[in-house]
Amino acid sequence: MTNLFIIFLSAVIVNNYVLVNFLGICPFIGVSKKLGPAVSMGMATTFVMTLTAAVAWLINRYILEGLNLQFLQTVSFILVIASLVQLVEMFIKKVSKPLYDALGIFLPLITTNCAILGVALFLVLKEYNFIESIIFGFSAGLGFTLAIVIMAGIREELELADVPEYFKGAPITMIVAGCLALAFMGFSGLI
Amino acid sequence: MIDSSLIYAVVSMGGLGLLFSVLITLANKKLHVEEDPRIALIGDLLPGANCGSCGYAGCANFAENLVNGNSQLGACPVCSQEAREKIAQIMGVEVESGERKVAVVMCQGGDGTVKKKADYDGIRTCIGATLAGGGERACSYGCIGYGDCVNACSFDAIHMNDKGIPVVDRAKCTGCGNCVEACPRNVIEMHPISHHVFVLCRNKDDGKSARAVCKAACIGCKICEKAVDGVGFNVIDNLAVVDHEKYTKEPVLPTEKCPTKCIVIVGEAGEV
Repeated sequence: MTNLFIIFLSAVIVNNYVLVNFLGICPFIGVSKKLGPAVSMGMATTFVMTLTAAVAWLINRYILEGLNLQFLQTVSFILVIASLVQLVEMFIKKVSKPLYDALGIFLPLITTNCAILGVALFLVLKEYNFIESIIFGFSAGLGFTLAIVIMAGIREELELADVPEYFKGAPITMIVAGCLALAFMGFSGLI
Repeated sequence: MIDSSLIYAVVSMGGLGLLFSVLITLANKKLHVEEDPRIALIGDLLPGANCGSCGYAGCANFAENLVNGNSQLGACPVCSQEAREKIAQIMGVEVESGERKVAVVMCQGGDGTVKKKADYDGIRTCIGATLAGGGERACSYGCIGYGDCVNACSFDAIHMNDKGIPVVDRAKCTGCGNCVEACPRNVIEMHPISHHVFVLCRNKDDGKSARAVCKAACIGCKICEKAVDGVGFNVIDNLAVVDHEKYTKEPVLPTEKCPTKCIVIVGEAGEV
């Protein structure tokens, strides 16, 4: 149990995917303009990450390790992620058109989100068991959500702030992201 | 003998791929969402340049909003009249007369016409020169002449002439307005293509100061205003302004009477 908690804490805060490992920066910058879509994006990513972790673990254990084909890890994981994102996209389009419109291009872009592939590859590298993998995938997604929601909150406030002319838009966003990453470094002694 | 891991690799990856494709096919059937077929049809007819002048993310996005009634066809300035009619047919509405707008460069102060006030060695962009004292030309209202508008044009419709003043190719101009935004002096304006008479000057200084910096400046002498009895031409803030609604007489008297020849006929009558 302690083990699972450590995995959870590590993935959410200490080794936060966006702010410490610098994975998944594209949606982190792209969808963090408003709080609503940012939360949805975080949820969608969390969902895909958890599913990917489960499926990737199964594929790795029973197909790749069973047949001694570990060299196919990257290829098979990409296959899994791409298919899962397709399914999630269709599902969201059916269930909630507004959410689908809000996520826009970034939903299909989860396919190429390195954070997801990172989850799949890390769980193999760290030799987690099935339950640990699922917890890991879920908490990595939660960490991503945390980062993107914090960022969206700051950027919403930033709209009202008196930003110097030449820092408006992308530059100030980068600076904020850098400050956030610095802040998260403070957690590094926790585990 | 082929290495068995090769066979395993092909079979397992193929199997996985097949499994997922079956899953997706099933999901596609089950979760299919009916989309308005008009969206795709209109999307094909739009220019596809994704220039964004309509205010949407791209042509496909615009098509969707058009069908949903959130936008008007006239919002797309690039679309040809022909395509416009076809789209209107699909939508089942009459074409709103979106008269084509083209860019007009409101300055004639090229090299030799406008006085030179300094040498400029900085970055050769208008925006750069604006930050550094306004470039070489003495007129603080007119064209700077480093061609930011030329670079902003995606349609190859605006070029510098040999005097360093941009010239708009009215046939090629799509009216997207990128050059208007690019110009730090706001020298370029959008006007309907049927408008031909323009006061090509932005200088609001009094006549003496304006003439001191540029030979083609409007000096606010009001000769044009008198020539048309104040209908269509008015001098506001030392600058003659054409009211195209009222002034329709062409060819024009004021163009000949203007002492600095800053009232000019742009384009040809009858162009569309």
